[in-house]
Formats: sequence, structure tokens, C-alpha cells
Amino acid sequence: MQIEIEQRILAANERLAAENRARFDEHGVFVVDLMASPGAGKTSTILATIEALRDRYAIAVIEGDIASKVDAEKVRAHGIPAVQINTGGACHLESAMIRRAVDTLDLAELDLIIIENVGNLVCPSDFDLGEHAKVMILSVPEGHDKPYKYPNIFQVSQAVILNKYDTMSVFDFDEAEFREVVRGLNGLAPIFPMSATKGEGVQAWAEWLAGRVEDAKTGRGA
Amino acid sequence: MHELGIASGILSSAITAAENVGATTISSVDVSIGVLTEVMEDALQFAWDELRQGTMAENAALTVTMLGARSRCADCGHDYEHGRYDAARCPSCGSYVVMLLQGRELDINRIDAD
Repeated sequence: MQIEIEQRILAANERLAAENRARFDEHGVFVVDLMASPGAGKTSTILATIEALRDRYAIAVIEGDIASKVDAEKVRAHGIPAVQINTGGACHLESAMIRRAVDTLDLAELDLIIIENVGNLVCPSDFDLGEHAKVMILSVPEGHDKPYKYPNIFQVSQAVILNKYDTMSVFDFDEAEFREVVRGLNGLAPIFPMSATKGEGVQAWAEWLAGRVEDAKTGRGA
Repeated sequence: MHELGIASGILSSAITAAENVGATTISSVDVSIGVLTEVMEDALQFAWDELRQGTMAENAALTVTMLGARSRCADCGHDYEHGRYDAARCPSCGSYVVMLLQGRELDINRIDAD
């Protein structure tokens, strides 16, 4: 017999994601999911963001990696609570992993949670974690052609960080073409040029994020 | 490689739906995938062929319908079809304030079960 189902394939993941988001909203916590290739500077961007915003907001970090806890240790060394998720080979985070990580955090004491997704430009873009915004980081050495190859991650992002901007003169990176392609994919996402390890450009990104944190605190949501 | 997770979601939804009506075997499963997702049909079929072994869907064919991308302009109301790279700008009035209507589906539509 034919049975009509008509539901999302990832319904289980999306249901848990909605529950995560409801918990965050209840406590006025803004959650951002950072996605990028391995080595693009996710952890450096997180550390720079912490330094820019730690005087204003209580921040925690959820680190997603296939293995190891080196990233969580780097964050904890800065005096910020960090939960390490090891996916054990999986190429992306899912909402159930975030729920378990969040269970170890005190949401009532937090304003901002930064999730570092597994280094990958493909899989994380299809999975809702319950975050309020996905943000992708592309680093200049990866090349300006990446939006052609990985369009979905640019489409689902609410902002794009162009990291390692200080290496622009060394690499054959066509910034005008990059901006044009990203605009065609996603006309509303701002692009923030940044050199996370040098602190350049961090302020503009941090202020954008702070605006979102303020909206979450006052219940205006994401 | 996340097609394995997608296939796993299809399998568990199909088995739940079949069990709900007391069926014991599934002979086919129909799904719709939007072209803007990062799902490759070949990889999905490969994952499906592995995962279905030893389940009530062991002999179930997976039929994948790929759905094209469509958006509507929030400024002028124009509906338009587009590819992966030209979604964000209304071809009629040039606005960047557009809403995606179709293209990011990951849906299970129906199964055939007895």
C-alpha cells in the first residue's frame, strides 16, 4: 500500500534544533555557528571575538572536531568556558550533540555562545543546530573561487568573514569577483575583511555580532 | 559524506511510517531533494544501498526527485526560477530582498509498504 508521509528527512534533527533554540531564547542567549574549512581561522576568529566582547558579554564556546580537545583548551586558556564535542568521524555537528553540550553550560549566566563547527564547507550547511545565525569564514589563501564550488554554505550564512586579509598581496585573490559572486548567492550577508591573529577588522565583525546579542537579550530575537 | 546521515533519516522515517500501519516490508521510498542542498544523488543511493541491508526496507528502491530552485522578490512580487549562483537578485527589478520558495528541500514523500 502507498503511505503518504510528507515530512522533512531531517525532522528528528530539526525538532531537536527547535528545542535548542527555544532554550536559548528563554534565556536571551544568542548562538552563532561558525563554519569554515580546516585552517581558515575559526579558532583564531573565536579568540579575537572573545577579546573584543568579553568585557561586555558572558561568552561560552562549543568546539566541534572529529577528534582531540586542543581547541577547547585554547579557549579555556583565555578563561572562557568551552565544551569540546568530538564527532568521532562525523563531518558536521547535529542538534543532539549541541543539546548535550548545552546541558553542561549555565544558560542563565550567558549572553553569547559561539559554536565552532567541524572544518568542512559542505555538510554543516544542511544541518540546523538551533543557532540563531550561521556565519562562514573563508580565508584568502583558499582562493576567491570557493563560492562557485561551495555555494550552499554562502547561501545559508548571515555574514561572511574574509580572514587572513593581510595575506591578500601574496595570493592571487580577486576580491571584486569574490564579492560579486557572494552577492549573487546571498544579497544580504555583510562581508567582514579580517586578520584575526593580528586583530585587524575584528571590531566591525564584533559590533555586528554585538548588535545581534543585544537583540537576543531584549527578546527581539534573530 | 553526510549523505549517510540523510539516508539514515530516510530509513528511520520510512520504517516508522510502515510500522505505524502494521506493514512488514517496504518496497519503495520516494524523496525530494532541492538542488540548493549539498546532497549528491549518487552518494545518497550508495548510502541507501548499504543502510537498508537487514531491515524491512532491504529490497526498497529509493526514488529521488530533484527539485529546481525558485524565489520570489519581496519588493516587486516577481516569481523566478534560478540556478545555484543567481538566486539572490530579482531579475525583474534588481532587488536583493528575495525569499526562497523551493530548492532546499530534504523531504520524504511516500513509501510503498505491505
